[in-house]
Amino acid sequence: MSGELLELTAAAAGERVRAGELDPHELFEAYRERAAADDLGAFTWVADAPPATVPGDRPLAGVPLAVKDLFCTEGVPSQAGSRILEGYRPPYTATVVAKLADAGAPLLGKTNQDEFAMGSSNENSGFGPVLNPWDRGRVPGGSSGGSAAAVAAGLAPWAIGTDTGGSIRQPAALCGIVGLKPTYGACSRYGMIAFASSLDQAGPLTRDVTDAALLLRHMVGHDPCDSTSVEFPGEIATPRAEHLRGMRLGVPEELTAAGAGVEPGVRDSFEATLALAEELGAVVQQCRLPHAAHGLSAYYLIAPAEASANLARFDGVRYGLRADGDADLITMYSRTRAAGFGAEVKRRIMLGTYALSSGYYEAYYGSAQKVRTKISQDFNAAFEQFDFIVTPTSPWTAFELGAKTDDPLAMYLNDFCTVPMPLAGIPAISIPSGLANGLPVGFQLAGPAFSESRLLDAAYALEQAIGFDGRPARR
Amino acid sequence: MLDRDQVLHVARLARLELTDDEVERMAIELSNVLDHIERISELDLSGVPPTSHVLDVVGALRPDEPAPCLSPEAALASAPEPLEGGFGVPSPAT
Amino acid sequence: MSIGAYEPVIGLEIHVQLRTQTKMFCGCPLSFGDPPNVHTCSVCLGLPGSLPVVNARAVHFGVMIGLALGSEIAERSLFHRKNYFYPDLPKGYQISQYDVPLCRGGRLGEVRIHRVHLEEDAAKLNHLGESGRIHGSDRSWVDFNRGGTPLVEIVTEPDIRSAEQAREWLTLLRTTLKTLGVSDVDMSQGSLRCDANVSVRPAGSAELGTKTELKNMNSFRFLERGVKAEIERQVRLLESGEPVVQETLHFDPASARLTPLRSKEEAHDYRYFPEPDLVPLVVTAEMRAAAGAEIPELPAERAGRFERELGLSADRARDFARRAELGDYFERALAEAGGPVAGDGAKGADGAPRAVDPVELANWIPQLVERIGSETDPADSKVAPRSLATLAAMVKAKEVSRDAARDVLTRLVQEGGDPRAVVEREGLGALGGEDQLVDVVDRAIASDPAAAEQVRAGNMKAIGPLVGYVMRETKGRADGKEVARLIRERVGAKS
Repeated sequence: MSGELLELTAAAAGERVRAGELDPHELFEAYRERAAADDLGAFTWVADAPPATVPGDRPLAGVPLAVKDLFCTEGVPSQAGSRILEGYRPPYTATVVAKLADAGAPLLGKTNQDEFAMGSSNENSGFGPVLNPWDRGRVPGGSSGGSAAAVAAGLAPWAIGTDTGGSIRQPAALCGIVGLKPTYGACSRYGMIAFASSLDQAGPLTRDVTDAALLLRHMVGHDPCDSTSVEFPGEIATPRAEHLRGMRLGVPEELTAAGAGVEPGVRDSFEATLALAEELGAVVQQCRLPHAAHGLSAYYLIAPAEASANLARFDGVRYGLRADGDADLITMYSRTRAAGFGAEVKRRIMLGTYALSSGYYEAYYGSAQKVRTKISQDFNAAFEQFDFIVTPTSPWTAFELGAKTDDPLAMYLNDFCTVPMPLAGIPAISIPSGLANGLPVGFQLAGPAFSESRLLDAAYALEQAIGFDGRPARR
Repeated sequence: MLDRDQVLHVARLARLELTDDEVERMAIELSNVLDHIERISELDLSGVPPTSHVLDVVGALRPDEPAPCLSPEAALASAPEPLEGGFGVPSPAT
Repeated sequence: MSIGAYEPVIGLEIHVQLRTQTKMFCGCPLSFGDPPNVHTCSVCLGLPGSLPVVNARAVHFGVMIGLALGSEIAERSLFHRKNYFYPDLPKGYQISQYDVPLCRGGRLGEVRIHRVHLEEDAAKLNHLGESGRIHGSDRSWVDFNRGGTPLVEIVTEPDIRSAEQAREWLTLLRTTLKTLGVSDVDMSQGSLRCDANVSVRPAGSAELGTKTELKNMNSFRFLERGVKAEIERQVRLLESGEPVVQETLHFDPASARLTPLRSKEEAHDYRYFPEPDLVPLVVTAEMRAAAGAEIPELPAERAGRFERELGLSADRARDFARRAELGDYFERALAEAGGPVAGDGAKGADGAPRAVDPVELANWIPQLVERIGSETDPADSKVAPRSLATLAAMVKAKEVSRDAARDVLTRLVQEGGDPRAVVEREGLGALGGEDQLVDVVDRAIASDPAAAEQVRAGNMKAIGPLVGYVMRETKGRADGKEVARLIRERVGAKS
């Protein structure tokens, strides 16, 4: 298969398939070969053969899909990046994956990730780190690092990941691709190995905004197996906006002010994009999100608390790793979990357990849930004046492997622009806005709940104007 | 802020066996994180309702109709210790 | 030990398995004695990525229970996670309700209800090893068939004051739930489970003593025994100047001993927080109405009806209402009362003449229970309801004496059949009238002139042996009162 075909976006490849110019079987096999030759650590499992039939006549035209490891895929390893689930093959498939397969996007492979989605660099995987295709000495971001790297390196046409505090958007930014976190409840969580139940959402990682819209269209929808899922109002439209006239973009000072900690290169790219937005007719103004600065604190109480309960099922009884099965029960539990979980997961379980424990609930978890209310209120107020809130996605470009692993707090600070949105349950998208020191920079737009179509439209207009055509060097 | 005993207590609640080294490091790391998080205590949160559900959705119910079950083989497929048709474990002490 | 100086204060915590088709949070059918792990799925096994979805019918039953108990039904309640590790808890937490439960308050009989809420049952932990008990076995294994069964937890206020009252009240609750049709409420099968919180305090004191929790009493008898034993134990402690320690105790009925079930180190910190995988539970006006519409006549109403419309005494009415099997048998017997048996002219509520007097019939039910044992349902005995009704009617019509009827009942219990046939076969029919009796009475007087003389002199106590003679001669067929009257007449007693 010619290299040019592998450069096609998923939508474009799909059109060729529908036009009869491209055999979906061949397309799958071409990607399969590339994925199997992955040397970025992006994949934890690759299909060893194309499926018997590749559905070229379905809406997604048989364009193969890379799926983050934590999505249950029946009969296929689903490990959430953890040794405690090494080799685990679930007896069922996540709803979102099933929907996409049904819509014509067959499973290409499972992608590497930070263990149980906890991390911002994909250095916490139990199966080795993922390398950023732009610079192999640097991280791709996390936790959906594998999905982002795979798409950026052309090992997969598109991918899905999950976002809890930024885990789709931030790796998308660090790898120079598009990543979108939908409104909470828009996509079913059934079959997604849980990290933080009230924050987790599945979403697309793609080469461009059009692909993201196409994939998202077939991901959303109420699932009777997920009580927290809702029917998405209307259909996700194909983005086509050519300008931003009439759009009001709010820039929250709390997240973007000089002292906020944004790297100069990222700031420059951000401001250049704002200028572009104005050229497209948008009105760009400062806005206030008074409690956004506390988003990290609230997030790092709520997410670990929920995770500490979600991960209690990994106890060596019914599946996964068991250590010291001959010891007494409590020892078996404690050693299994000690052996199976990595350092970051242990840390968060400890933090979460502490935040919920007797005597501390009100001060920690209870207060965090109140901060969450304030953040939602802040966004609601802001959206009365603005159509979208915009920020840099990540305060810095891809950092070096090992640069932040000694200081968990430093790693957590990565997330300050991305955590407020999941706390409020609102959608947000990251698009590449340029390069800083040769590394990609991401621009984030956030909108009110269920504003995905408008969000994608605005992102599309900007994307076209930015004209980012960077690709990491292909090997 | 978090001393060794507290770390051990939490580790016990969470069924995590930690090495002495880990206990020491955990005390420091968690204390650092908590120091940062402590900032929310500066906020006036009186009268603010907690968000237990960010979605404004209530009452998702399921009709009382049987759905297909896993076969016992499938259920036990990943069991570390299949035993008597069930999941074997060390007996709990009482 | 003087228990009288101390007042027991008892509260009950009851778990009821609901008679839904499927589990609380998934569509697996409920199991009864099935091979292990045949009714499991990703949800009730706690597989990674699984999510719970609430069973509408379990909510419906929960609301019915709340309404029947006179509780306040929360329009909006929350599920919470109760976190702890145990092999029978697949997720490492139980989905339950915490500080925003489905129902608050209420009352049943003389006991106030504190709260009612919904939750899921744990799986079944089985033990290998010699005795099959936890101690002395090395391996255990888990069967998840039961895991996820819908439970309603009912907590009472500590209004109960004796072990006996605890047992009686639980019987009333059981009858109420059985009548509602929401559960099998069978303690031996585990669909009704009851723990007790017991404390004592000096009689007259308003403060509460330290309470202990009693678990694992899986029959009404064991509940009563366990509570009684614990009351005694606490009183003994206090009388010897020792304090009662708050702990959980396991009652072993074989040894009548109480052993601490959990040591203090393992005191749980459940770290409750709202269940993020479930949205708030809303009970709409429609749901309330639908639940209310399905509530049939409950024991309190039934007792009232027995008193008002059938003339039963308050105590008898209450007993028949609380022990539904008695009330059911009674009403069936009334309904089936057949044959043109002469009644006493009393009419039923609908104006039609009754074939059997309800009060007379009601008297015979305890007689039946005495003969078959209080653990047996009269409906399972050989005495058909129609037969008991017939017997009662015969007594009322003086076709058979009360004494003879007792004999007939004993035979019916042993062999079943129709009372008329038994009476005829055994020759137990009441003696027709004075003429039949006079002969025997005269012979009685002649056999014991001394007693006869006493009776003539007005000493009624002496009549016993004479009456006894006649009863023996007539094989109990004579009516005792009638015999005594005749004796007095024949001896020419001074009235």
